[in-house]
Amino acid sequence: MFGSLTTPRRVVVTGMGIACPLGVGVANVWQRMLASESGIRSISQFDATDLPAQIAGEVPSGPKAEGKLELNEWIPVKDQKKMDRFIQLAMVAATEAVEDSGWVPKSEDDRNATGVMIGSGIGGLPTISENALLVGAGKARRLSPFFIPSALINLASGHVSIKYGFKGPNHSVVTACATGVHALGDAARLIALGDADLMVAGGTEAAISDIGMAGFCAARALSTGFNDRPHEASRPWDKERDGFVMGEGAGILVLEELEHARKRGAKIYAEVIGYGMSGDAYHITAPAEGHDGAYRAMKAALKNAAVTPDQIQYVNAHGTSTPMGDDLELEAVEKLFGDQAKKIAMSSTKSAIGHLLGAAGAVEGVFSILAIRDRVAPPTLNLHEPSRDSVIDRVALQAQERPIDVALSNSFGFGGTNASILFRRAP
Amino acid sequence: MSDTAEKVKKIVVEHLGVEEAKVTSEASFIDDLGADSLDTVELVMAFEEAFGVEIPDDAAEKITTVKDAIDYIEAQKAA
Repeated sequence: MFGSLTTPRRVVVTGMGIACPLGVGVANVWQRMLASESGIRSISQFDATDLPAQIAGEVPSGPKAEGKLELNEWIPVKDQKKMDRFIQLAMVAATEAVEDSGWVPKSEDDRNATGVMIGSGIGGLPTISENALLVGAGKARRLSPFFIPSALINLASGHVSIKYGFKGPNHSVVTACATGVHALGDAARLIALGDADLMVAGGTEAAISDIGMAGFCAARALSTGFNDRPHEASRPWDKERDGFVMGEGAGILVLEELEHARKRGAKIYAEVIGYGMSGDAYHITAPAEGHDGAYRAMKAALKNAAVTPDQIQYVNAHGTSTPMGDDLELEAVEKLFGDQAKKIAMSSTKSAIGHLLGAAGAVEGVFSILAIRDRVAPPTLNLHEPSRDSVIDRVALQAQERPIDVALSNSFGFGGTNASILFRRAP
Repeated sequence: MSDTAEKVKKIVVEHLGVEEAKVTSEASFIDDLGADSLDTVELVMAFEEAFGVEIPDDAAEKITTVKDAIDYIEAQKAA
Protein backbone atom coordinates (compact mmCIF):
# COMPACT_ATOMS: atom_id res chain seq x y z
CA MET A 1 0.00 0.00 0.00
CA PHE A 2 2.76 2.45 0.90
CA GLY A 3 5.48 0.67 -1.04
CA SER A 4 6.14 3.61 -3.33
CA LEU A 5 7.55 5.66 -0.43
CA THR A 6 10.70 4.79 1.45
CA THR A 7 10.64 7.78 3.81
CA PRO A 8 7.86 10.21 4.66
CA ARG A 9 8.09 13.66 3.10
CA ARG A 10 8.42 16.80 5.24
CA VAL A 11 5.39 19.06 5.63
CA VAL A 12 5.38 22.81 6.26
CA VAL A 13 2.76 25.51 6.78
CA THR A 14 2.64 28.13 4.02
CA GLY A 15 -0.68 29.86 4.58
CA MET A 16 -3.01 30.69 7.46
CA GLY A 17 -6.53 32.07 7.83
CA ILE A 18 -8.80 32.68 10.78
CA ALA A 19 -12.26 33.88 11.72
CA CYS A 20 -12.95 33.80 15.46
CA PRO A 21 -14.52 35.86 18.24
CA LEU A 22 -11.54 38.26 18.21
CA GLY A 23 -12.26 39.03 14.55
CA VAL A 24 -11.31 38.05 11.03
CA GLY A 25 -7.73 37.92 9.79
CA VAL A 26 -4.62 36.39 11.36
CA ALA A 27 -2.75 39.64 12.01
CA ASN A 28 -5.76 41.36 13.54
CA VAL A 29 -6.73 38.45 15.78
CA TRP A 30 -3.17 37.85 16.99
CA GLN A 31 -2.68 41.49 17.87
CA ARG A 32 -5.87 41.47 19.96
CA MET A 33 -4.93 38.21 21.61
CA LEU A 34 -1.51 39.48 22.68
CA ALA A 35 -3.22 42.60 24.05
CA SER A 36 -5.27 40.31 26.36
CA GLU A 37 -8.59 41.20 24.70
CA SER A 38 -11.61 38.95 25.11
CA GLY A 39 -14.11 38.05 22.37
CA ILE A 40 -16.80 36.79 24.74
CA ARG A 41 -20.07 38.77 24.78
CA SER A 42 -23.80 38.39 25.39
CA ILE A 43 -25.29 36.26 22.62
CA SER A 44 -26.67 38.34 19.72
CA GLN A 45 -27.59 35.64 17.19
CA PHE A 46 -30.78 34.61 19.02
CA ASP A 47 -32.69 35.40 22.20
CA ALA A 48 -30.92 33.39 24.90
CA THR A 49 -32.78 34.77 27.93
CA ASP A 50 -34.45 31.40 28.61
CA LEU A 51 -31.12 29.58 28.82
CA PRO A 52 -28.78 29.25 31.82
CA ALA A 53 -25.83 30.19 29.55
CA GLN A 54 -26.39 33.51 27.77
CA ILE A 55 -22.89 34.38 26.59
CA ALA A 56 -20.65 33.15 23.79
CA GLY A 57 -17.80 34.06 21.49
CA GLU A 58 -19.39 35.18 18.22
CA VAL A 59 -17.47 36.29 15.16
CA PRO A 60 -18.07 40.06 15.26
CA SER A 61 -20.17 41.56 12.44
CA GLY A 62 -18.80 44.53 10.54
CA PRO A 63 -16.61 45.56 7.63
CA LYS A 64 -13.51 43.61 6.62
CA ALA A 65 -11.48 46.79 6.96
CA GLU A 66 -12.20 46.74 10.70
CA GLY A 67 -11.24 43.07 11.01
CA LYS A 68 -14.87 41.99 11.31
CA LEU A 69 -17.16 39.81 9.22
CA GLU A 70 -19.46 41.13 6.51
CA LEU A 71 -20.36 38.00 4.52
CA ASN A 72 -21.12 39.89 1.31
CA GLU A 73 -17.45 40.86 1.14
CA TRP A 74 -16.47 37.16 1.03
CA ILE A 75 -19.24 35.06 -0.51
CA PRO A 76 -21.69 35.91 -3.35
CA VAL A 77 -25.19 36.42 -1.95
CA LYS A 78 -26.56 33.69 -4.21
CA ASP A 79 -24.16 31.15 -2.69
CA GLN A 80 -24.62 32.16 0.96
CA LYS A 81 -28.02 30.48 1.19
CA LYS A 82 -26.48 27.18 0.09
CA MET A 83 -24.23 27.16 3.14
CA ASP A 84 -24.91 26.86 6.83
CA ARG A 85 -22.85 29.37 8.82
CA PHE A 86 -20.17 26.76 9.59
CA ILE A 87 -19.44 26.52 5.85
CA GLN A 88 -19.50 30.30 5.43
CA LEU A 89 -16.92 30.74 8.20
CA ALA A 90 -14.74 28.03 6.63
CA MET A 91 -14.91 29.85 3.29
CA VAL A 92 -13.76 33.08 4.93
CA ALA A 93 -10.77 31.49 6.70
CA ALA A 94 -9.87 29.34 3.68
CA THR A 95 -9.90 32.39 1.40
CA GLU A 96 -7.44 34.18 3.68
CA ALA A 97 -5.24 31.08 3.99
CA VAL A 98 -5.10 30.31 0.27
CA GLU A 99 -4.39 33.93 -0.64
CA ASP A 100 -1.74 34.09 2.09
CA SER A 101 -0.01 31.00 0.67
CA GLY A 102 0.21 32.55 -2.80
CA TRP A 103 -0.57 29.14 -4.28
CA VAL A 104 -2.27 29.34 -7.67
CA PRO A 105 -2.35 26.00 -9.53
CA LYS A 106 -1.31 26.45 -13.13
CA SER A 107 -1.78 22.95 -14.51
CA GLU A 108 -4.12 20.02 -14.10
CA ASP A 109 -1.31 18.23 -12.22
CA ASP A 110 -1.12 21.18 -9.80
CA ARG A 111 -4.86 21.03 -9.21
CA ASN A 112 -4.80 17.25 -8.71
CA ALA A 113 -2.00 17.62 -6.16
CA THR A 114 -3.97 20.09 -4.00
CA GLY A 115 -6.54 18.67 -1.58
CA VAL A 116 -8.87 19.91 1.13
CA MET A 117 -9.59 18.50 4.59
CA ILE A 118 -11.83 20.75 6.70
CA GLY A 119 -13.73 19.21 9.57
CA SER A 120 -16.44 20.29 11.97
CA GLY A 121 -17.66 18.94 15.28
CA ILE A 122 -21.36 19.40 14.68
CA GLY A 123 -21.88 20.87 11.20
CA GLY A 124 -25.14 22.48 10.15
CA LEU A 125 -27.07 22.10 13.38
CA PRO A 126 -29.03 25.40 13.04
CA THR A 127 -30.05 24.47 9.49
CA ILE A 128 -31.16 21.00 10.60
CA SER A 129 -33.16 22.55 13.43
CA GLU A 130 -34.94 25.06 11.15
CA ASN A 131 -35.89 22.39 8.66
CA ALA A 132 -37.06 20.02 11.39
CA LEU A 133 -39.46 22.75 12.52
CA LEU A 134 -40.86 22.98 8.97
CA VAL A 135 -41.42 19.23 8.87
CA GLY A 136 -43.00 19.35 12.33
CA ALA A 137 -45.38 22.05 11.11
CA GLY A 138 -46.55 19.80 8.25
CA LYS A 139 -44.54 21.66 5.63
CA ALA A 140 -42.25 18.86 4.52
CA ARG A 141 -42.64 19.97 0.90
CA ARG A 142 -41.26 23.42 1.75
CA LEU A 143 -37.76 22.14 2.49
CA SER A 144 -35.14 23.84 0.37
CA PRO A 145 -33.19 21.66 -2.04
CA PHE A 146 -30.13 23.19 -0.38
CA PHE A 147 -31.04 21.92 3.09
CA ILE A 148 -28.98 18.71 3.00
CA PRO A 149 -25.92 20.08 1.17
CA SER A 150 -25.79 23.12 3.44
CA ALA A 151 -25.80 20.97 6.59
CA LEU A 152 -23.34 18.20 5.62
CA ILE A 153 -19.98 18.54 7.35
CA ASN A 154 -17.79 17.63 4.37
CA LEU A 155 -19.41 20.37 2.27
CA ALA A 156 -16.97 22.88 3.78
CA SER A 157 -14.22 20.95 2.00
CA GLY A 158 -16.47 20.64 -1.04
CA HIS A 159 -17.14 24.37 -1.37
CA VAL A 160 -13.47 25.29 -0.93
CA SER A 161 -12.44 22.79 -3.61
CA ILE A 162 -15.08 24.11 -6.01
CA LYS A 163 -14.08 27.74 -5.45
CA TYR A 164 -10.40 27.10 -6.18
CA GLY A 165 -10.50 24.05 -8.45
CA PHE A 166 -8.48 21.94 -6.00
CA LYS A 167 -8.98 18.40 -7.30
CA GLY A 168 -6.81 16.40 -4.88
CA PRO A 169 -8.07 14.40 -1.89
CA ASN A 170 -11.34 15.89 -0.61
CA HIS A 171 -11.89 14.74 2.91
CA SER A 172 -13.35 15.75 6.25
CA VAL A 173 -12.95 14.97 9.93
CA VAL A 174 -15.61 14.65 12.64
CA THR A 175 -14.18 14.02 16.10
CA ALA A 176 -16.03 16.58 18.25
CA CYS A 177 -13.59 18.98 19.90
CA ALA A 178 -10.53 17.12 18.60
CA THR A 179 -11.59 17.70 14.97
CA GLY A 180 -9.21 20.60 14.26
CA VAL A 181 -6.04 18.79 15.33
CA HIS A 182 -7.10 15.57 13.63
CA ALA A 183 -7.72 17.46 10.37
CA LEU A 184 -4.30 19.13 10.47
CA GLY A 185 -2.53 15.92 11.44
CA ASP A 186 -4.33 13.69 8.96
CA ALA A 187 -3.85 16.21 6.14
CA ALA A 188 -0.14 16.47 6.96
CA ARG A 189 0.10 12.68 6.73
CA LEU A 190 -1.56 12.68 3.31
CA ILE A 191 1.21 14.99 2.13
CA ALA A 192 3.92 13.01 3.95
CA LEU A 193 2.71 9.81 2.29
CA GLY A 194 2.44 11.33 -1.17
CA ASP A 195 -1.32 11.56 -1.68
CA ALA A 196 -1.08 15.32 -2.18
CA ASP A 197 1.54 18.09 -2.33
CA LEU A 198 -0.70 20.67 -0.68
CA MET A 199 -3.69 20.42 1.65
CA VAL A 200 -6.03 23.18 2.74
CA ALA A 201 -6.81 21.88 6.21
CA GLY A 202 -8.52 22.88 9.43
CA GLY A 203 -11.79 23.07 11.28
CA THR A 204 -14.92 25.18 11.41
CA GLU A 205 -17.87 25.52 13.77
CA ALA A 206 -21.01 27.64 14.16
CA ALA A 207 -23.21 26.11 16.83
CA ILE A 208 -24.23 29.29 18.69
CA SER A 209 -27.90 28.68 17.98
CA ASP A 210 -30.84 27.97 20.29
CA ILE A 211 -30.56 24.22 19.79
CA GLY A 212 -26.76 24.16 20.06
CA MET A 213 -26.62 26.21 23.24
CA ALA A 214 -29.58 24.38 24.80
CA GLY A 215 -27.94 21.03 24.01
CA PHE A 216 -24.65 21.91 25.69
CA CYS A 217 -26.56 23.44 28.61
CA ALA A 218 -28.42 20.15 28.98
CA ALA A 219 -25.06 18.35 29.10
CA ARG A 220 -24.07 20.74 31.94
CA ALA A 221 -20.94 21.67 30.03
CA LEU A 222 -21.26 25.47 29.78
CA SER A 223 -20.35 28.32 32.10
CA THR A 224 -23.51 29.80 33.64
CA GLY A 225 -22.22 31.99 36.46
CA PHE A 226 -20.77 34.87 34.45
CA ASN A 227 -23.67 36.01 32.25
CA ASP A 228 -23.26 39.55 33.60
CA ARG A 229 -19.44 39.47 33.19
CA PRO A 230 -18.86 37.74 29.82
CA HIS A 231 -15.15 38.63 29.61
CA GLU A 232 -14.48 36.77 32.84
CA ALA A 233 -16.39 33.57 32.02
CA SER A 234 -13.64 31.60 30.27
CA ARG A 235 -11.01 31.09 33.00
CA PRO A 236 -8.99 27.92 32.47
CA TRP A 237 -7.35 26.56 35.66
CA ASP A 238 -8.82 29.37 37.79
CA LYS A 239 -10.60 28.15 40.90
CA GLU A 240 -13.82 30.00 39.99
CA ARG A 241 -14.22 28.38 36.56
CA ASP A 242 -17.59 26.73 36.01
CA GLY A 243 -17.72 25.39 32.46
CA PHE A 244 -16.67 26.26 28.93
CA VAL A 245 -17.90 29.21 26.88
CA MET A 246 -19.18 28.36 23.42
CA GLY A 247 -17.30 30.00 20.55
CA GLU A 248 -17.63 29.94 16.79
CA GLY A 249 -15.22 30.38 13.92
CA ALA A 250 -12.79 28.64 11.63
CA GLY A 251 -9.05 28.13 11.39
CA ILE A 252 -7.44 27.00 8.15
CA LEU A 253 -3.82 26.18 7.31
CA VAL A 254 -2.26 25.57 3.92
CA LEU A 255 0.04 22.58 4.44
CA GLU A 256 2.66 21.90 1.81
CA GLU A 257 5.45 19.47 1.04
CA LEU A 258 8.74 21.16 1.98
CA GLU A 259 10.50 20.92 -1.40
CA HIS A 260 7.36 22.03 -3.23
CA ALA A 261 7.20 25.11 -1.00
CA ARG A 262 10.92 25.86 -1.44
CA LYS A 263 10.76 25.46 -5.20
CA ARG A 264 8.06 28.08 -5.58
CA GLY A 265 9.66 30.40 -3.02
CA ALA A 266 6.74 30.24 -0.62
CA LYS A 267 6.91 31.88 2.79
CA ILE A 268 7.23 29.06 5.35
CA TYR A 269 5.72 29.66 8.80
CA ALA A 270 6.61 26.38 10.50
CA GLU A 271 7.03 22.66 10.02
CA VAL A 272 4.57 20.03 11.20
CA ILE A 273 6.92 17.58 12.89
CA GLY A 274 4.70 15.26 14.87
CA TYR A 275 1.15 14.08 15.41
CA GLY A 276 -0.25 11.67 17.98
CA MET A 277 -3.66 10.22 18.75
CA SER A 278 -5.33 8.12 21.40
CA GLY A 279 -8.71 6.97 22.71
CA ASP A 280 -9.85 6.94 26.34
CA ALA A 281 -12.16 3.92 26.13
CA TYR A 282 -13.70 5.28 29.31
CA HIS A 283 -16.71 7.64 29.21
CA ILE A 284 -18.70 9.54 26.58
CA THR A 285 -17.98 13.02 27.97
CA ALA A 286 -15.60 12.78 30.96
CA PRO A 287 -11.83 12.31 30.71
CA ALA A 288 -10.26 9.33 32.43
CA GLU A 289 -8.35 9.47 35.72
CA GLY A 290 -5.05 11.31 35.29
CA HIS A 291 -6.10 12.10 31.71
CA ASP A 292 -4.22 9.05 30.54
CA GLY A 293 -5.58 9.51 27.00
CA ALA A 294 -4.14 13.02 26.78
CA TYR A 295 -0.80 11.77 28.07
CA ARG A 296 -0.66 8.99 25.49
CA ALA A 297 -1.64 11.33 22.61
CA MET A 298 1.11 13.80 23.54
CA LYS A 299 3.63 11.00 23.99
CA ALA A 300 2.73 9.58 20.58
CA ALA A 301 3.24 13.01 18.98
CA LEU A 302 6.71 13.33 20.55
CA LYS A 303 7.63 9.84 19.42
CA ASN A 304 6.36 10.58 15.93
CA ALA A 305 8.51 13.73 15.81
CA ALA A 306 11.48 12.08 17.50
CA VAL A 307 11.75 14.97 19.97
CA THR A 308 12.19 14.91 23.73
CA PRO A 309 10.37 17.14 26.25
CA ASP A 310 13.42 19.39 26.70
CA GLN A 311 13.08 20.46 23.04
CA ILE A 312 9.56 21.87 23.54
CA GLN A 313 9.03 25.35 24.94
CA TYR A 314 5.29 26.02 24.57
CA VAL A 315 2.07 24.04 25.00
CA ASN A 316 -1.25 25.34 23.75
CA ALA A 317 -3.55 23.48 26.12
CA HIS A 318 -6.99 22.12 25.41
CA GLY A 319 -7.90 23.94 28.67
CA THR A 320 -11.61 24.53 28.15
CA SER A 321 -12.36 26.04 31.60
CA THR A 322 -14.34 23.05 32.84
CA PRO A 323 -13.89 22.15 36.52
CA MET A 324 -12.65 18.64 35.82
CA GLY A 325 -10.77 18.69 32.52
CA ASP A 326 -8.29 21.53 33.09
CA ASP A 327 -6.49 20.06 36.09
CA LEU A 328 -6.42 16.57 34.59
CA GLU A 329 -4.72 17.90 31.46
CA LEU A 330 -2.27 19.82 33.65
CA GLU A 331 -1.47 16.60 35.48
CA ALA A 332 -0.85 14.77 32.19
CA VAL A 333 1.42 17.56 30.90
CA GLU A 334 3.40 17.54 34.16
CA LYS A 335 3.85 13.80 33.86
CA LEU A 336 4.99 14.08 30.22
CA PHE A 337 7.52 16.84 30.87
CA GLY A 338 8.80 15.60 34.21
CA ASP A 339 11.67 17.77 35.46
CA GLN A 340 11.44 19.87 32.28
CA ALA A 341 7.95 21.06 33.27
CA LYS A 342 9.27 24.13 35.09
CA LYS A 343 10.86 25.38 31.86
CA ILE A 344 7.80 25.43 29.62
CA ALA A 345 4.98 27.88 29.14
CA MET A 346 1.46 26.53 28.72
CA SER A 347 -1.57 28.69 28.02
CA SER A 348 -5.19 28.30 27.04
CA THR A 349 -6.22 30.69 24.29
CA LYS A 350 -9.81 29.57 24.92
CA SER A 351 -9.71 32.12 27.74
CA ALA A 352 -10.03 34.84 25.07
CA ILE A 353 -12.24 33.24 22.41
CA GLY A 354 -14.12 30.43 24.15
CA HIS A 355 -14.27 26.87 22.91
CA LEU A 356 -14.67 26.64 19.14
CA LEU A 357 -15.39 22.88 19.32
CA GLY A 358 -14.37 21.39 15.95
CA ALA A 359 -12.51 24.56 14.99
CA ALA A 360 -10.61 24.81 18.28
CA GLY A 361 -7.60 22.68 17.33
CA ALA A 362 -7.22 24.49 14.02
CA VAL A 363 -7.31 28.05 15.40
CA GLU A 364 -5.02 26.93 18.21
CA GLY A 365 -2.68 25.54 15.55
CA VAL A 366 -2.55 29.05 14.10
CA PHE A 367 -1.79 30.50 17.57
CA SER A 368 0.91 27.89 18.25
CA ILE A 369 2.63 28.72 14.96
CA LEU A 370 2.44 32.44 15.68
CA ALA A 371 3.89 31.78 19.15
CA ILE A 372 6.90 30.21 17.40
CA ARG A 373 7.15 32.95 14.78
CA ASP A 374 7.06 35.82 17.29
CA ARG A 375 8.62 33.95 20.23
CA VAL A 376 5.74 34.92 22.47
CA ALA A 377 3.31 32.84 24.52
CA PRO A 378 -0.27 34.17 24.31
CA PRO A 379 -1.93 34.71 27.70
CA THR A 380 -4.44 32.72 29.75
CA LEU A 381 -6.98 35.39 30.67
CA ASN A 382 -8.80 35.41 34.01
CA LEU A 383 -6.32 33.08 35.68
CA HIS A 384 -6.15 34.85 39.04
CA GLU A 385 -5.99 31.95 41.45
CA PRO A 386 -5.29 28.45 40.13
CA SER A 387 -7.29 25.61 41.65
CA ARG A 388 -4.15 23.51 41.57
CA ASP A 389 -0.55 24.65 41.93
CA SER A 390 1.99 23.66 39.32
CA VAL A 391 5.58 24.35 38.36
CA ILE A 392 4.32 25.00 34.83
CA ASP A 393 4.00 28.68 33.93
CA ARG A 394 0.45 29.09 32.65
CA VAL A 395 1.02 32.60 31.29
CA ALA A 396 -1.60 34.22 33.48
CA LEU A 397 -3.23 37.43 32.24
CA GLN A 398 -0.37 38.79 30.08
CA ALA A 399 1.52 37.43 27.05
CA GLN A 400 5.15 36.49 27.71
CA GLU A 401 8.20 36.68 25.49
CA ARG A 402 9.72 33.22 25.44
CA PRO A 403 12.41 31.46 23.35
CA ILE A 404 9.85 29.26 21.55
CA ASP A 405 11.05 27.03 18.68
CA VAL A 406 8.78 24.03 19.17
CA ALA A 407 5.13 24.11 20.24
CA LEU A 408 2.71 21.34 21.16
CA SER A 409 -1.05 21.80 20.75
CA ASN A 410 -3.68 19.57 22.38
CA SER A 411 -7.33 18.85 21.59
CA PHE A 412 -9.61 16.35 23.27
CA GLY A 413 -13.17 15.47 22.30
CA PHE A 414 -16.38 13.86 23.55
CA GLY A 415 -16.25 10.15 23.00
CA GLY A 416 -12.79 10.02 24.54
CA THR A 417 -10.78 11.07 21.49
CA ASN A 418 -7.43 12.85 21.91
CA ALA A 419 -5.00 14.43 19.48
CA SER A 420 -1.74 16.36 19.80
CA ILE A 421 0.30 18.07 17.13
CA LEU A 422 3.84 19.47 17.16
CA PHE A 423 5.10 22.46 15.16
CA ARG A 424 8.72 23.60 14.82
CA ARG A 425 10.27 26.81 13.56
CA ALA A 426 10.61 26.82 9.76
CA PRO A 427 13.60 24.80 8.54
CA MET B 1 -45.45 44.22 -17.98
CA SER B 2 -48.12 42.34 -16.01
CA ASP B 3 -47.96 42.20 -12.22
CA THR B 4 -47.15 38.51 -12.46
CA ALA B 5 -44.25 39.11 -14.84
CA GLU B 6 -42.83 41.81 -12.61
CA LYS B 7 -43.07 39.67 -9.51
CA VAL B 8 -41.54 36.62 -11.25
CA LYS B 9 -38.61 38.67 -12.48
CA LYS B 10 -38.05 40.12 -9.04
CA ILE B 11 -37.92 36.63 -7.51
CA VAL B 12 -35.47 35.47 -10.19
CA VAL B 13 -33.21 38.45 -9.55
CA GLU B 14 -33.22 37.79 -5.80
CA HIS B 15 -32.69 34.05 -5.95
CA LEU B 16 -30.11 33.84 -8.70
CA GLY B 17 -28.29 37.06 -7.84
CA VAL B 18 -28.37 38.29 -11.43
CA GLU B 19 -28.81 41.78 -12.90
CA GLU B 20 -32.38 42.76 -13.64
CA ALA B 21 -31.56 43.59 -17.27
CA LYS B 22 -30.54 39.98 -17.90
CA VAL B 23 -33.90 38.62 -16.78
CA THR B 24 -35.70 38.89 -20.12
CA SER B 25 -38.80 36.82 -20.88
CA GLU B 26 -36.83 34.48 -23.10
CA ALA B 27 -33.99 33.98 -20.61
CA SER B 28 -33.38 30.36 -19.64
CA PHE B 29 -32.67 29.85 -15.96
CA ILE B 30 -29.89 27.36 -16.60
CA ASP B 31 -28.44 28.48 -19.95
CA ASP B 32 -28.63 32.26 -19.50
CA LEU B 33 -28.89 33.00 -15.79
CA GLY B 34 -26.34 30.61 -14.31
CA ALA B 35 -28.77 28.44 -12.34
CA ASP B 36 -28.17 24.76 -11.64
CA SER B 37 -30.85 22.10 -11.20
CA LEU B 38 -31.15 22.74 -7.45
CA ASP B 39 -31.50 26.48 -8.06
CA THR B 40 -34.46 25.81 -10.36
CA VAL B 41 -36.12 23.60 -7.74
CA GLU B 42 -35.79 26.42 -5.22
CA LEU B 43 -37.05 29.00 -7.74
CA VAL B 44 -40.21 26.99 -8.37
CA MET B 45 -40.76 26.75 -4.60
CA ALA B 46 -40.37 30.51 -4.35
CA PHE B 47 -43.00 30.96 -7.10
CA GLU B 48 -45.37 28.62 -5.26
CA GLU B 49 -44.94 30.59 -2.07
CA ALA B 50 -45.25 34.03 -3.67
CA PHE B 51 -48.30 33.26 -5.82
CA GLY B 52 -50.05 30.73 -3.59
CA VAL B 53 -50.11 28.12 -6.36
CA GLU B 54 -49.07 24.48 -6.44
CA ILE B 55 -46.67 23.50 -9.20
CA PRO B 56 -46.43 19.70 -9.48
CA ASP B 57 -43.02 18.20 -10.32
CA ASP B 58 -43.94 17.25 -13.90
CA ALA B 59 -45.06 20.81 -14.60
CA ALA B 60 -42.02 22.26 -12.80
CA GLU B 61 -39.69 20.32 -15.09
CA LYS B 62 -41.16 22.16 -18.10
CA ILE B 63 -40.57 25.60 -16.58
CA THR B 64 -37.14 26.44 -17.97
CA THR B 65 -37.47 30.11 -18.94
CA VAL B 66 -38.84 33.24 -17.31
CA LYS B 67 -41.72 33.22 -19.78
CA ASP B 68 -42.56 29.58 -18.95
CA ALA B 69 -42.96 30.58 -15.32
CA ILE B 70 -45.10 33.64 -16.06
CA ASP B 71 -47.38 31.70 -18.44
CA TYR B 72 -47.85 28.81 -16.02
CA ILE B 73 -48.68 31.04 -13.08
CA GLU B 74 -51.10 33.22 -15.08
CA ALA B 75 -52.86 30.10 -16.39
CA GLN B 76 -53.22 28.77 -12.84
CA LYS B 77 -54.59 32.07 -11.59
CA ALA B 78 -57.09 32.24 -14.46
CA ALA B 79 -58.28 28.69 -13.83
